[in-house]
Amino acid sequence: MDLHALGACLTTSACVVTQTTSGLIVGMLLFLVAAGVTLIFGVLKIVNFAHGTFYMLGGYVAYTTLGVTDSYMLAVLAGALSMALFGVVFERALISRVYGSNVLMQLLICYAVVLIFDDLVKIVWGPEFHAMGMPQAFQVPPLFIAGGVVPPFYAVLIGIAALIAIVLGLGLSMTRLGKTVRAAAINAQMVSALGVNTTLLFAIVFAVGGGLAGLAGALAAPVRSLSPGMGFSVLIESFIVTVIGGMGSIAGALASALLIGLVRGFGTIGFPQFTDGLIYIVMIAILLLRPQGLFGRRL
Amino acid sequence: MSAVITRRTVLAAGTASLLAAPWVARAQANTLRIGMQSILSGPIALLGTSSRNALMMEQDRINAAGGFLGRQIEIVYRDSKGQPQEAARIARELVNSSGCELLIDAEASSASFAVQEVVRSLDVACIHTNSETSSLTADPKIRAPTAFRVARQGVHDAVAGSIYLAEYASAKKLNKWATCSPDYAYGRDTTAQYLQFFKQFKPDLEVITEAWPKLGQPDFTEVITKLIQAKPQALFTLLYAGDLSAFVNQGNIYALFAQMAVATPNVDYPVLAAIKNLPAGIQSATRYLETFPDTPANKEWGQAYFKKWNERPTNWSWQNTVAMQFYEQAIKKANALDGKALAAALSGMRIYTPFGVDGTITMRDDHTTIGYAIGWGQTIPKEPFIVDVKAADWGKIIELETEWKKQQRYI
Repeated sequence: MDLHALGACLTTSACVVTQTTSGLIVGMLLFLVAAGVTLIFGVLKIVNFAHGTFYMLGGYVAYTTLGVTDSYMLAVLAGALSMALFGVVFERALISRVYGSNVLMQLLICYAVVLIFDDLVKIVWGPEFHAMGMPQAFQVPPLFIAGGVVPPFYAVLIGIAALIAIVLGLGLSMTRLGKTVRAAAINAQMVSALGVNTTLLFAIVFAVGGGLAGLAGALAAPVRSLSPGMGFSVLIESFIVTVIGGMGSIAGALASALLIGLVRGFGTIGFPQFTDGLIYIVMIAILLLRPQGLFGRRL
Repeated sequence: MSAVITRRTVLAAGTASLLAAPWVARAQANTLRIGMQSILSGPIALLGTSSRNALMMEQDRINAAGGFLGRQIEIVYRDSKGQPQEAARIARELVNSSGCELLIDAEASSASFAVQEVVRSLDVACIHTNSETSSLTADPKIRAPTAFRVARQGVHDAVAGSIYLAEYASAKKLNKWATCSPDYAYGRDTTAQYLQFFKQFKPDLEVITEAWPKLGQPDFTEVITKLIQAKPQALFTLLYAGDLSAFVNQGNIYALFAQMAVATPNVDYPVLAAIKNLPAGIQSATRYLETFPDTPANKEWGQAYFKKWNERPTNWSWQNTVAMQFYEQAIKKANALDGKALAAALSGMRIYTPFGVDGTITMRDDHTTIGYAIGWGQTIPKEPFIVDVKAADWGKIIELETEWKKQQRYI
């Protein structure tokens, strides 16, 4: 524990700017993955343990697309869209068969998908790690704001994730589809009885969830190593985000992802040996005060 | 010439096959099987497969030269996934069930200690080819009578690296250092070992901050920004493989490498090739380098490996190659395959090999190798990736290793 260093950091603009940016980037990428988990749980009451696989495949698809097209924008689009499509296939072919059944059955199917795709990735891309490398446009020196370091690539990533958070929030609250999704989250049977094609609706929810995870994997690919099984570590943190934010709440996922990002950013200065533990302590504290999570509805 | 197969031809061929069958069976029974287990799947499978690739090349070379004691050799490969219990089970099975008469233990340290105990009970000859943890052979209580190590040893690397870095730090006036190593036994123990020797050679060295990211952590951003905030003059890191690649890629966008000098002993060819924008000027050890030792034999081997596998060899590749070279010479000398006879032949043996700093490597009486190439230089973004390589002083390494062994009460 180094409270002196933490105090010194909090009183220095350079440190505050740098660590806040660091927290925002970790939080925003986490939000993109967790938003899918919480959306799928909110509407379908399915805990998608295979969500990390979407993140991993999104990264690999982007890696291959960049190799073929040399365009990072196409690579990101390919990562996101292919995972949206994969989400639909996953929902229709597997998950739709276990709606309402034992949670262990859902867990078994998701875990099988994780193992199968980890092995398929090994066969297709090899067991060793890959690095995509930074796109040419972002191979520029970092910006210095109030003495703090802000990499342009991260600034763009934060911007994209923030834009998606706004679009998702507005889409759910303002559009007809969004309102239908929210209604289905409260009572799917009633929505179906009112003539809404819930089969299509559920497939759309999986497409959005999978697409967001694929997008996160593709956006992070230039700076993170790609390796089989890489989705697992992201999955655990995205579950923490979902639980802290309140199961099924997009706003909660955003708030808790940013909270975890900032705890990581500043925790590493004050509690370098205990940063991971700190996240769980924050989770326990929040759940003790609000068992339903920050934005969750009381059960 | 008629292409019609007559009944008489078939009968003749059948009779010939029947007559030849015992010879084929005898030739198969006469094959000398060598068991090898390693990490052939998982995140660091690349190192295991690079060990297997090297051994396959050695098998071809040795069989073309007549095999061992006139018998063709066949290496039997098994995947332990790096799990100690699995490695121990496989080692026992290779000897008891698969008929292997020699063992190559191509595991990382955690599993090698488990294999060591199996070897002690079986009395078969075994060469550990990848474990770098010094105590495996340095501690007389752990050392096994028929088990040897042909691999870098942690204490050797720590001494060599510390001498080089102390000279570098003094020349550049770098006193304030930071460390960033993976948060498990290897990262913590080896960082401590490096710092112990580093401070011995540069007493004014000050470690102003430490970072311990988790193994396989996807994001190093908060670690990188923390290092930037601490404003050290230099950074020492033991991150490796995919973690090192991610750290460099993420560090690049913070211009980390322009803000502090960086030193690492863990840069291997696959990492160098995978990092798309390798910064120039990182102080780096040579795990395996085609240009160090800068000899035709070393270059020839590196290029033959690349030609056969379409990828560069790793540190684990040369170590496995040398293990087979030691077996070859020891079997010739002992004219036997049993553990005790080979142990007697291997102790003190010196062989000619491209990977020795002077063209030779010696197996010391304490069952570990000395004289292998250890060098430090600095990175450049294109081949040969590491330049200005300075060879380590083996006299100094052995002197300090002896002191260390006394401190540990090994001698």
